[in-house]
Amino acid sequence: MKQSLIIVAALLLPVSAWAAGGSTYPNDKIDIDWSDKAAMQRGARTFVNYCMSCHSAKYSRYDRVGRDLGISDEMVLQNLIFTTDEKGEKTKVGALMKTTMTKQYGEQAFGVAPPDLSLIARSRGVNWLYNYLRGFYVDESRPLGMNNGVFDSVAMPHALVELQGSQKARREMRPDGHGGEHEVIVGFDLIEPGSQSKSEYDATVHDLVAFLDYVAEPYKQTRKNVGTGVIIFLFLLLILTYFLKKEFWKDIH
Amino acid sequence: MNNKPSTGGLIGWIDDRFPLTKMWEEHLSKYYAPKNFNFWYFFGSLALLVLVLQIITGIFLTMHYKPDGEMAFESVEYIMRDVDWGWLLRYLHSTGSSAFFIVVYLHMFRGLMYGSYQKPRELIWLFGMFIFLALMAEAFMGYLLPWGQMSYWGAQVIISLFGAIPVIGDDLTLWIRGDFVIADATLNRFFALHVIAVPLVLLLLVVMHILALHEVGSNNPDGVEIKKHKDENGIPLDGIPFHPYYTVKDIVGVVGFLILFSAVVFFAPEMGGYFLEHANFIPANPFQTPEHIAPVWYFTPFYAILRAIPHKLTGVIAMFASIFVLFLLPWIDRGKVHSIRYRSQSFKWLLAMLVVSFIGLGYLGALPVSDGRTLFAQIFSVGYFGFFLGLWVISKNENTKPVPERVQ
Repeated sequence: MKQSLIIVAALLLPVSAWAAGGSTYPNDKIDIDWSDKAAMQRGARTFVNYCMSCHSAKYSRYDRVGRDLGISDEMVLQNLIFTTDEKGEKTKVGALMKTTMTKQYGEQAFGVAPPDLSLIARSRGVNWLYNYLRGFYVDESRPLGMNNGVFDSVAMPHALVELQGSQKARREMRPDGHGGEHEVIVGFDLIEPGSQSKSEYDATVHDLVAFLDYVAEPYKQTRKNVGTGVIIFLFLLLILTYFLKKEFWKDIH
Repeated sequence: MNNKPSTGGLIGWIDDRFPLTKMWEEHLSKYYAPKNFNFWYFFGSLALLVLVLQIITGIFLTMHYKPDGEMAFESVEYIMRDVDWGWLLRYLHSTGSSAFFIVVYLHMFRGLMYGSYQKPRELIWLFGMFIFLALMAEAFMGYLLPWGQMSYWGAQVIISLFGAIPVIGDDLTLWIRGDFVIADATLNRFFALHVIAVPLVLLLLVVMHILALHEVGSNNPDGVEIKKHKDENGIPLDGIPFHPYYTVKDIVGVVGFLILFSAVVFFAPEMGGYFLEHANFIPANPFQTPEHIAPVWYFTPFYAILRAIPHKLTGVIAMFASIFVLFLLPWIDRGKVHSIRYRSQSFKWLLAMLVVSFIGLGYLGALPVSDGRTLFAQIFSVGYFGFFLGLWVISKNENTKPVPERVQ
């Protein structure tokens, strides 16, 4: 009986590994408020300052981000664009958000080229990103001295270490579900503080993830707004067509 | 030469040269359909609606899409972001493919319930099954085009199945791919097949499906022939003209369908990873196999049958057999009573077993394998094939209820 219950429970597990992540740490959830443009603006600033030296968001355009987040083209040029284009001139406001790091250099430096992040919130999910960016810890066995509680043996260094500071993993033995035990990370201890407190850093990461969520599907709000109108219209049409049908059918018995 | 006197006017002028009024009458205004169609009869017209929707959105997508291994993924994102209303076109098309299968599965289930495949409608069923096959090919090839990780690796898994065929297997997979791995050549030919070859076949089959239907007339939830009882003008007593009665009724169905469809398109286009898989937002990478490769949900029942059998070739045969056996349905069912309303209790149990097995297989086919799941997939596979075997056995001398003379 117990066996079959376990089988049933196993069957009911979520379909994709996307939603899972029970044994990783941290494992928190966030809500992204799409009306909070200020958070997305702060996230965009963090993104261009800390992420874009290696990562691109090459399906997105600067001016589109500006328009959607309520930043003027001048402000975008001043605060979000730090790259130059192929001609060596400052990148134009209508340009795609490419990185200046080449694929070859990325592979040389990190083993794998840093991926484009335009769609990372759709392939990984916002919760994963929120945990991942807070999950770096010191691990001397890694080439760059850092590992991650969510993405083990990740090639990426901790780009936000000056904000968060360095932390050490606290581990404990836990049952692994197959009768044995394995060591899991249960918490982090700060060993060298960064420029932000824990709550400040959490907020920074939250805003960054909000921006990544935006940039993965910039038309999301439009989609929902249009959808609301469409569905209201269809409901009205349903009423009309229902009575039209009734009128035509009243002689059929 | 048509000897009928001309009715005059523009229509008359056309009618003298083209059977416009004749076709209109044959297929709509004087096509007599049973008056007792229920909810389940919406799905035929809905399938036609989705087909048109897919063709129209598809035409606009091809205007911006680039079938090139280097540019395909990027061009899809370009459509989503830089093309005016491109996101809507793409979501309509991607949701449309899932909707097509939902509608078609329900349409086929209707046929099972009311015996719509039975004599004299065997050819309607066969044309319908060929539509289903073409639709699967269409969906499979279309899913490669966004060139994401799941597009790539899903196609890799399915094409490699042909490699299990003895002797010719390897050459066959090479021939399908046009390269030693899935590559630009594969993408290009799948694009050609997806946007022109298969749609032409589909349209032709749909026309034949409808012509065959209008030749013998529609079945109905009571499974009785309305043509047996006609009035003095030769019109079936229980028949009503398709137009306007069923056109106005189907419009209600269309609007109801569009509400649900819009809810997905505008509020959940990924449908939790079932309609658009999360890994497909990562560009195809031939050097990195995703942890878990799952086909899109509409293929998972058949995929689960494949995986339920440990031997690869046998699994492939079982998978193809699970589709092929549907073609034989009109001859597997030896019963004379059409509708589930008047069939035996055993028929109802068998049909329930098929539904549970099919949904169970579909659910398991989306999950990674484990011993427990494989066992369940095997049980459901037996349940799936058991329906056909059971139907063949019980339908010979079925304990049916008396069938009414006319529709109720």
